[in-house]
Amino acid sequence: MDQDIKISVNNLYKVFGTNIKQAMKMLDEGHEKEHIHEKTGATVGVQSAGFDIRTGEIFVIMGLSGSGKSTMVRMLNRLIEPTSGQVLIDGEDITAMSDDQLVKMRRKKMSMVFQSFALMPHLTVLQNAAFGLELDGADKKAREERALEALDQVGLAPYAQSFPKELSGGMQQRVGLARGLAVDPDILLMDEAFSALDPLIRTEMQDELLKLQAKVKRTVVFISHDLDEAMRIGDRIAIMEGGRVVQVGTPEEILQNPADDYVRAFFRGVDPTNILTAGDIATDSQVTIIATDGKNPRAALQRLIKNDREYGYVIDSERKYLGLVSADGLRDLIDQSDREPRLTDAYIKEVVPAPATASMQDILPEVAAHPSALPIIDENGKYLGAISKNLFLKTLHRNQPEETADTDQAAIEGV
Amino acid sequence: MKFFTFEEQLIPLDSWIQTFVTWLVMNYRDFFQGIKIPIELSLQGLEWFFTTLPPVVIILLFTVAAWRFGGKRVALFTVLSFFLVGYLGLWRDTMITISMVISSVFFCALIGIPLGIMSGRSDRFQTFLRPCLDAMQTVPSFVYLVPVVMLFSIGTVSGILATIVFALPPIVRLTSLGIRQVHPELIEAALAFGATSGQVLRKVQVPLAMPSIMAGLNQTLMMALSMVVIAALIGAGGLGNPVVQGLNSLQIGLASIGGLAIVLLAMVLDRITQGMANR
Repeated sequence: MDQDIKISVNNLYKVFGTNIKQAMKMLDEGHEKEHIHEKTGATVGVQSAGFDIRTGEIFVIMGLSGSGKSTMVRMLNRLIEPTSGQVLIDGEDITAMSDDQLVKMRRKKMSMVFQSFALMPHLTVLQNAAFGLELDGADKKAREERALEALDQVGLAPYAQSFPKELSGGMQQRVGLARGLAVDPDILLMDEAFSALDPLIRTEMQDELLKLQAKVKRTVVFISHDLDEAMRIGDRIAIMEGGRVVQVGTPEEILQNPADDYVRAFFRGVDPTNILTAGDIATDSQVTIIATDGKNPRAALQRLIKNDREYGYVIDSERKYLGLVSADGLRDLIDQSDREPRLTDAYIKEVVPAPATASMQDILPEVAAHPSALPIIDENGKYLGAISKNLFLKTLHRNQPEETADTDQAAIEGV
Repeated sequence: MKFFTFEEQLIPLDSWIQTFVTWLVMNYRDFFQGIKIPIELSLQGLEWFFTTLPPVVIILLFTVAAWRFGGKRVALFTVLSFFLVGYLGLWRDTMITISMVISSVFFCALIGIPLGIMSGRSDRFQTFLRPCLDAMQTVPSFVYLVPVVMLFSIGTVSGILATIVFALPPIVRLTSLGIRQVHPELIEAALAFGATSGQVLRKVQVPLAMPSIMAGLNQTLMMALSMVVIAALIGAGGLGNPVVQGLNSLQIGLASIGGLAIVLLAMVLDRITQGMANR
């Protein structure tokens, strides 16, 4: 087993209702969940879910309401008992744990942050933050010390003696976060933790989480229905639909290569310019000119004419980016110079290569400013490819409903 | 057909019950007398406390409580009420009634809160308990006065037992309601942090049900006070006595001052306990 895997979900099912056996049998036979509900009255919450969550990553489980994401996260700490399948945490199957083991695991290894905050109204902020430690039997002094530290991390130490109802929503959720952090868990389960907050506070809390994550790498399982949020904080995303996990991948992977129409529809409204980097979209389809000693402007011009291109990207034998030349520029250089022209004189100085890590948003001005495609280099200065206006627009367009016609067709056939 | 004319009694339930109670009395009287002991002890203690302390001290105690939990007006009302009751010549009866009511409420809480918690946590138990509570509240108390007397003989303790039967339901119901009203997310949160079932109860459900439990206690207290007269019918002492005596001998005045004292006492105790519940 891979050491880096913190949580491993294998073939997990949850069926709610009374006719569970029959429903499971029908699922095996490949019936749809709607059909099963009609026949047996049982509701399929999660079916054949499987994925691995790596140590220290923020893993976002995303889906619309009813997709089973809340059920899924509650099966990770067995607040909801799975119908079948395995949840391995550090290689231990929690579905096979006794009540005592389960309580111990919940106290030591994981904590949870809730959408509705779920703070105890009869306890002060400090007592709330210390709640997990209190359950574990820590003595008052030790637990309040740790709770105060946790409150300090989220900037709420001055409010330790207040009651939750005296705080704003954002502050209450900070207390919820502090309660989760105070027990120093390996795993933090966050169930739509920021969804009840207004957008500004939500972003602030996301930053807070990323900041905390930068200090201590915990494994965070974050449930969200908000794609922007998922993209912003997620190292990897699992997309759920109708109880199934339809795709798992990094935001870029999913955005670039959606598994099906559902995922694509999800990403339709998303602005890709903040998510995709120059390195993600650059293609090596431009003409490259390798500047060896023998190459002179004439040979470069020949190559451009032969390929019917206006611009050429000059690289060395190790693919290190040197400069950009245009056919016109080369012609002028050859015509004007009295001595042997050098390729370096033809470089177009205005075009500065962009790093692969720059977002689409960042490179937009440069792409727009020059008729040539913008060269993209990696951190070692190696040429990765270029981004033309055309390519840029195409990337934007890919997230628009390009297959409307197809889905309409399917809908008609379905009728 | 005798099955459709209803002219004769086909089910002699009355004689069955009669036989059953007689059998109980014959065989288990000792057991029922044993039940009386804790009630008797607590009552004696309370009675001793309220009748030996000088009235001024008692009034002071109640006034301080009224001030703390109810404020100035309640405190003033308490002082006036106690003085009036004293001047009406009902001081001793009032003290006995207070002792009776407090020990009834104590035992109601002792039995009722655990029952309420169980019924709050288990639907099955609630389904079973509900008709019992309905019966306790609606069966006229005169119906069970006779068996109570047969099993426990007459006296103040029997009066308290009858009072407990009548006053128990509200504390059970409101405790159960309070437990059920705890937001499920809070219970889920406690479980997620590794709470055991007992910890959920002690650290979440009971503290959050407290206002409801206190309201139940207040209701139970009021119902216990309303049983004072009926308890007097089976020989309990206290403010029920002047009322019963007045009724028996058509002394309307005597019955009225007894009634007035009960009402004043009820108002004082209600305001104080409501103040406690709202804190």
